Amino acid sequence: MPAVQETVERVKRIDVDQYRYGFETLIESDKAPKGLSEETVKFISEKKNEPAWMLQWRLEAYRRWLTMTEPTWARVDYPKIDFQDLYYYAAPKPKKTISSLDEIDPEILKTYEKLGIPLREVAMLEGVEPKPGEEDPARRKIAVDAVFDSVSVATTFKAELKKAGVIFMPISEAIREHPELVQKYLGSVVPTSDNFYATLNSAVFSDGSFVYVPPGVRCPMELSTYFRINERNTGQFERTLIIADKGAYVSYLEGCTAPQRDENQLHAAVVELVAHDDAEIKYSTVQNWYPGNAEGKGGIYNFVTKRGDCRGNNSKISWTQVETGSAITWKYPSCILRGDNSRGEFYSIAISNGYQQVDSGTKMIHLGKNTTSRIISKGIAAGKSQNTYRGLVTAHRKATGARNFTACDSLLIGDKCGAHTVPYIEAKNSSATFEHEATTSKISEDVLFYCIQRGLSQEEAVGLVVNGFVKDVLQQLPMEFAVEAQKLISISLEGSVG
Amino acid sequence: MMALLEVKDLKVRVEEREILHGLTLTVNEGEVHAIMGPNGSGKSTLSHVIAGKPGYEVTDGQILFKGEDLLEMAPEERAAKGVFLAFQYPVEIPGVATMTFLRTALNAQRKARGESEYSTPDFLKKVREVSKSLNIPQDMLKRGVNVGFSGGEKKRNEVLQMALFEPSLCILDEMDSGLDIDALRIAADGVNALRSPGRAMVVITHYQRLLNYIVPDFVHVMSRGRVVKSGGKELALELEASGYAQFEAA
Repeated sequence: MPAVQETVERVKRIDVDQYRYGFETLIESDKAPKGLSEETVKFISEKKNEPAWMLQWRLEAYRRWLTMTEPTWARVDYPKIDFQDLYYYAAPKPKKTISSLDEIDPEILKTYEKLGIPLREVAMLEGVEPKPGEEDPARRKIAVDAVFDSVSVATTFKAELKKAGVIFMPISEAIREHPELVQKYLGSVVPTSDNFYATLNSAVFSDGSFVYVPPGVRCPMELSTYFRINERNTGQFERTLIIADKGAYVSYLEGCTAPQRDENQLHAAVVELVAHDDAEIKYSTVQNWYPGNAEGKGGIYNFVTKRGDCRGNNSKISWTQVETGSAITWKYPSCILRGDNSRGEFYSIAISNGYQQVDSGTKMIHLGKNTTSRIISKGIAAGKSQNTYRGLVTAHRKATGARNFTACDSLLIGDKCGAHTVPYIEAKNSSATFEHEATTSKISEDVLFYCIQRGLSQEEAVGLVVNGFVKDVLQQLPMEFAVEAQKLISISLEGSVG
Repeated sequence: MMALLEVKDLKVRVEEREILHGLTLTVNEGEVHAIMGPNGSGKSTLSHVIAGKPGYEVTDGQILFKGEDLLEMAPEERAAKGVFLAFQYPVEIPGVATMTFLRTALNAQRKARGESEYSTPDFLKKVREVSKSLNIPQDMLKRGVNVGFSGGEKKRNEVLQMALFEPSLCILDEMDSGLDIDALRIAADGVNALRSPGRAMVVITHYQRLLNYIVPDFVHVMSRGRVVKSGGKELALELEASGYAQFEAA
């Protein structure tokens, strides 16, 4: 497997702090005053040239937020966050309005280059075709809506998507250009009152992606967004809204990296998905935000609310996540299976190393008849990390014939980490069938020695065994990202053994 | 004839307890040596120390491989230099296809030696050749490493790797354990096909039975951490008749 060797090459190139994406781009930025108040909310809304209804929506959320308290039920431990000590908005100061990639600040482009984005994006913009023989059938076109700090600075492939009738744009633009759609769907899956962090997001979200796929349309390309937190002490409050109308299909990939920081940074995103009758949404995440240094200092707090609503009959929503970064992850991509025969899927790889804390899982809420769901979770704990799967599967009284299959596997590397599984299962009607399987295992010295005796280094051996462990989930990722995810997994486990 | 492996007065401890008390053994190119002895005599410890398994402390003596200090090398370096250990109990690696494993390992070894890595078509061609000669079905190569393999299949997989990696020293640790007579014969045939003037083998076993199939040039008897008797292949037959008790008493 050449990927393994490539991984090792990459690992060797990583600097002492082992974080490749830990660089900072020096560009002027436009910040909201520090702290959170109605003024901050108004500042953000004004920056975005938002209509009055949007500001009203934000302010309602803000007032609601003031009455709420932080959740404490997750198995994570961190010092109390001072919400008045954060910046809630930072945008790169644009010199003028941008209409093509050429006009983007070269510093920003360099950032993307380091992230490896333009390799793919630029080639396609230039219309570069792969050489014969190198043709990869999965190398489909990918449209990238790049979010640099809080503003989308480049949106590509707009024209082609427009031809298909697909709307893919920064949500701040959608608020102005498609207010009827935004008003109809925003907050309809994750209401402004949902939870502490979702409510905070509703008040101060700065940007994010908006996707609408009209009835019967199969989105002609993978849609992709890269998030990057660049400014010091800014919370990143992304808001994503994806709607697949009747019979539509869309696959969306989100990738995240953040530069290295000593201060912890808060990220509280909200993602809402709506699938109407016979529609399908596939949402994949590769998250490798800065996890903190070897002593557990720094790193991102990733407190995210992601939820999909299978609103129509025969609709399907599938979440796939590869989570290797962040100091703390608090994330439960969920499905509300409202339509009859709708289907929810959750495929997850969550890797924790060093002092990382992960509390992640899913909720499958069966409301419609004959709804089905499938949960495959692979948790890998190394170093001194704690890795918790927390999941809820519930069948409503009217959800006759509901079925769920859950498999939670945990792999421990070393003896100073922990893996925990907290499944909640509620069946309110007798025709529901729920299956739950769980295993916990440890990478044995014998397995590693076997690999090493055959010529693999310790890191290669761990990478190989772990990639075998997560194979079922990797197969769910769009193929061009599966290889990257595989590399990422090996990189994030560097130094976990021995 | 060149000495391939020289073990000199080797003393080894595991958790404060000395297991090998000064073991000496020389294996030349092209030779097949059998090491016999009762349980706990230190046979497997010797094989593990040569391969570099963690958990063993060498307190005295040395091991030279092709004249170089083997104990100074990391285990994966030893593999790349041509030391191969066929495990008594080969491990299972779920989710990693045997083919992937073989390719990763072979290319890691080649890279360590400064050789070019095999391209996919060249590699496939080589694996097909070797597996055909060992009667290993292609289907087995698609399965996870040793996952759901029978005892015989696991040992054949070890022989397949031996054939593919072309090591100069093969240590076979209790290759006969868990095999019925037919499986044993197939595995032994595979090993015999790999005997060559440039390659030496150390066959570790309790029983003489295996040595009917893999006929050694030399037989050593180990007891309590030392080689207590060496001889030709007839020594194995002697042992079969008289047992290890005579050496235990010594």
